[in-house]
Amino acid sequence: MFNRLFAILSLCVPLEALAQGPITDFMLDNGMQVVVIEDHRAPVVVHMVWYKVGSADEPSGKSGIAHFLEHLMFKKTANLDAGELADTVAANGGSHNAFTNHDYTGYYQRVAADRLELMMQMEADRMTGLQLSPDDIVVERNVVIEERNQRTESAPGSLFNEDLQAALFLNHPYGVPVIGWMHELEELNFDDAMTFYKQHYAPNNAVLVVAGDVTPEVTKTLAEQYYGVLPANPSVTPRARRQEPPHRSARRVIFRDERVAQPFFARSYLAPERNTGDQGRAAALVYLAEILGGSSATSVLGQALQYDTQQAIYTSAQYRSTALDPSTFSLVAVPAPEVDLQQIETAIEATIANFMTHGIDRELFERIKSQFRASEIYAMDNVSGIAQRYGAALTQGLTVADVQAWPQILQEVTPEEVMAQAERLFDESASVTGWMMGPKEQAQ
Amino acid sequence: MMRMVILGALLWAGAVQAETSVKTLTSPGGLSAWVLEEPAIPFTALNIMFSGGAALDPPDKRGAAFLMTGLLEEGAADLDSQAFAAAKEALSASFSFDVSDDTLSISVRVLTENRAEALALLKTALMQPRFDPDAIERVRQQVLSILASNAQDPTDIAQRVWAEQAFGDHAYGTSYQGTESSVAALTRADLLAAHQNLLVRDALSISAVGDITAEELGPILDDLLGDLPAGSALEPAPLERDIPAGLTVVDIPTPQSVAIFGHSGIDRAHPDFFAAFILNTILGGQGIESRLTAEVREKRGLTYGISTVLISKDRANVMLGQVASANDRIGAAIEVIRDEWRKLARDGVTAEELQAAQTYLTGAYPLRFDGNSQIARILVGMQRQGLGLDYIKTRNAKINAVTLPEINRVAAQLLKPEALNFVVAGQPIGLKEE
Repeated sequence: MFNRLFAILSLCVPLEALAQGPITDFMLDNGMQVVVIEDHRAPVVVHMVWYKVGSADEPSGKSGIAHFLEHLMFKKTANLDAGELADTVAANGGSHNAFTNHDYTGYYQRVAADRLELMMQMEADRMTGLQLSPDDIVVERNVVIEERNQRTESAPGSLFNEDLQAALFLNHPYGVPVIGWMHELEELNFDDAMTFYKQHYAPNNAVLVVAGDVTPEVTKTLAEQYYGVLPANPSVTPRARRQEPPHRSARRVIFRDERVAQPFFARSYLAPERNTGDQGRAAALVYLAEILGGSSATSVLGQALQYDTQQAIYTSAQYRSTALDPSTFSLVAVPAPEVDLQQIETAIEATIANFMTHGIDRELFERIKSQFRASEIYAMDNVSGIAQRYGAALTQGLTVADVQAWPQILQEVTPEEVMAQAERLFDESASVTGWMMGPKEQAQ
Repeated sequence: MMRMVILGALLWAGAVQAETSVKTLTSPGGLSAWVLEEPAIPFTALNIMFSGGAALDPPDKRGAAFLMTGLLEEGAADLDSQAFAAAKEALSASFSFDVSDDTLSISVRVLTENRAEALALLKTALMQPRFDPDAIERVRQQVLSILASNAQDPTDIAQRVWAEQAFGDHAYGTSYQGTESSVAALTRADLLAAHQNLLVRDALSISAVGDITAEELGPILDDLLGDLPAGSALEPAPLERDIPAGLTVVDIPTPQSVAIFGHSGIDRAHPDFFAAFILNTILGGQGIESRLTAEVREKRGLTYGISTVLISKDRANVMLGQVASANDRIGAAIEVIRDEWRKLARDGVTAEELQAAQTYLTGAYPLRFDGNSQIARILVGMQRQGLGLDYIKTRNAKINAVTLPEINRVAAQLLKPEALNFVVAGQPIGLKEE
């Protein structure tokens, strides 16, 4: 019942089935991809530009530069004063923001549909026209340091999660936090920001997603007028990050902090992600996460640990299906009072072993399948959410066709495929086990 | 400088469409509701809100309404907790139960294809919750875990101490989630009493948006809610107390301090409310760059975020702000906040600021009416606040009617720099308690 209140414990956010709508996509001559999603219920438009660059594309030693640059993108440009974009969006009653993850950086505005042109004019302007000053760097770096203080340094669960990820990824930059390590963040400078900007911000490295009360024809005309005139940047190259070597050692992270009120168990495994034309394994893992830890009352871990033995007050299984490179699948549990982390670990292992022996309850499987189908219907109510899914997919190695095939692929998953993926996934040598606890708890 | 053309015309289509299409109805059984028919997607968003919430907890039973609300889905009629969850999942319906100090609200999404079955299941949760002893213990442990985590969280600590100082022994002075000892002591009888007190027929506001007609909705509501006991919600205790001013430090180990600050506010129904609402937008609101964001974040880099908000509760009105800064910088942030409060109270806003805020607020309003679930939430909130359907049409005119002399008179009355109460959780350097 109170699972949503434990959101702070989430290690990653699984994507649900994707909604279908009238979708049009095309490419501008300079290589900028465009997706138009029509929803004419309200005269509103969401305008998003997604860049195929994230924190996993940062140079070594410059962690946090992708996110820092996202902040700096609101400063002065060739044609806009610092803050003018934000002020203009506000003056038109709109809202706006930006976001960075390991694989992408995105900017969006939500405005009345007849303001689309103005948004494109400004977004195109800052794609290549940023004019930073050294003063911008000092003040905004302090803002980002306070952001890290707020999100991470003040939240032991976030510090623990950073250490888990760092231990899981031996070589891939997914092991480095998006916001950056504090000691590197403090040293980021003007040249770092401008070098990163010039290398990655270009039409041929961007995806435009326009969703709402628009037509593909009008969107295309405007996109060609504002984005189409920007030259492609030849320095943009396909992303090729350092990949993981074979994992041979089960790793453990023992994290202690006096601020931890509630001990917490997590085990993360390296897991395959959705790949273009090859989404079946990921679809099976989406089911596996739901079956093991989706609903407290009916999932395998919830039933065993929250209901039968009552050793846990919260359990979950989390899988990030959409990523450019191999991703993570995690099991988490908050033990009941009087239950220590070793006991909860043993109980989880026993529950998984029992699941591997006895397989999937068919009724549970069918309920999950029908919920995935229903989630497509509910998702259509939120056109911004659909826009986000296309933007995320297209900047993480997938195509429009992959996004549109995904709901049907989910409907075709069989229990046998789920069990086969579970067999491959639960390899302890490719895992990290984490215990988060206060200073006094016994680690055993 | 590129000349950004700011169009003056406000886009009204969204709000006007909602205003003209929303129907009010009275069911055959006498329940009133607002409904917006939107058949494009085969589901309905239904919002049900009861006036009366956790502030009606008896003084020694704080947390009863919260725990009761958390148990509504944990078994009903002949289904235990797990069977209820399985039934709901099989129907792909979603029910979300939320309690605050003043309301209990239920947000529902049901598919057209199985609407009757899904609402029949919801009815059992409302009318026949089981409150099984094992479910009570399981959810009680969840609540205690949340309370333990909150007790370590700087923001939660600062908010709790601020409310304690402001509201004392009144229910508003403690968390609606209860305390470790009050939650531990709650009995099944306490939960039954909370259920009986809160789920009463005359306290209802109802809205439905989606694939449903007004004709269909009436009988559906009678089925779902017609058996609720008659009667209105109790009134929360009156609150007669001044919020004390000062600065309190709660020492907790964290690199970044969180400050909660504020003083008394203004009632939603007060004639000056719209002026105060615009004033708050200019000082510390969202949407446009506020004075506090400009001074504390953009110019000085002292924080990632700072904001203020007007809170209108049934028995109290406050103007509350929040900021987080490193322990060695929170003192500087607080100085800037005090300065800005003084300046705004003394000098008021400029004509340009007023106009920018009005333009933003009136332009943003129609954009809210997007999506069935979102519109259903807005409509139920309007009914609960006693606003008529025509509010959708008149609200922007009320924003635009606020004049510069009026907002500056309200600034001088509402903003009281000397009355600010700060609670800082962390290990701030160089801050003196007052």
